[in-house]
Amino acid sequence: MAEFGAQFLEWSIDIAYVAIILSFALTVFRLLRGPTLSDRVVALDMMALLGIAFIGLFSIATGEAAYLDVAIALALIGFLATVAFARYIYRGALAERRGADISDEGDDS
Amino acid sequence: MIDFISALIVLIGAAFALIAGIGLFRLPDVYLRMHAATKAGTLGAGLMLLALALDAQQLEVAARAIAGILFLLFTAPIAAHLLGRAGYLSGSPLWTKTRFDELSEKYDADGRKLTGTPVEDLRRDATKPDDRAT
Repeated sequence: MAEFGAQFLEWSIDIAYVAIILSFALTVFRLLRGPTLSDRVVALDMMALLGIAFIGLFSIATGEAAYLDVAIALALIGFLATVAFARYIYRGALAERRGADISDEGDDS
Repeated sequence: MIDFISALIVLIGAAFALIAGIGLFRLPDVYLRMHAATKAGTLGAGLMLLALALDAQQLEVAARAIAGILFLLFTAPIAAHLLGRAGYLSGSPLWTKTRFDELSEKYDADGRKLTGTPVEDLRRDATKPDDRAT
């Protein structure tokens, strides 16, 4: 039973690698295709999540728990990047709505 | 037995990751794509970390993995909310078959305030009355 469990875990990890790589390919398509900037940012966010999942899998496969720290750091960076991009889009939208330059928006960061 | 359970969790997480990718590929507008990426994607990554926590069988690894899962679960809605609002205000088109756009006409001309909601000010500029909106 224990041996079957270990074997099953190995197969599952292989299957999960394939699923994540497929998902990554679809995400890259969305990143390249757009059509709006928001779509691309969503795709980047998704890529960070897939990276976390991949690192988690790799950590299970190798039994090396130190990779977990990489995954957590990637989660942090992904979140910050998404927030920064969202603010960028939001400011661009505000500037466009009032028909002014983005630079007069510098007081409320 | 632990191996078996974490293998099942890995498979479920992989299925969610794949579904999120397919959703990102297939869904018709940015809000629906965000729905796929945020929910299914977070669940996929979180389940991988949960499987790692179970598989390592050490308290410190499990604690870090669960902290990572909590971080993902806390930040995903914030990021999605910010992106959704930014996308809406920047005019990302809705799917042509969308039937209700409850936000339409609710933002003032400046894009800063929602009218008709008890929350008068979405942002911190209550002290700075905005004369350009009128």
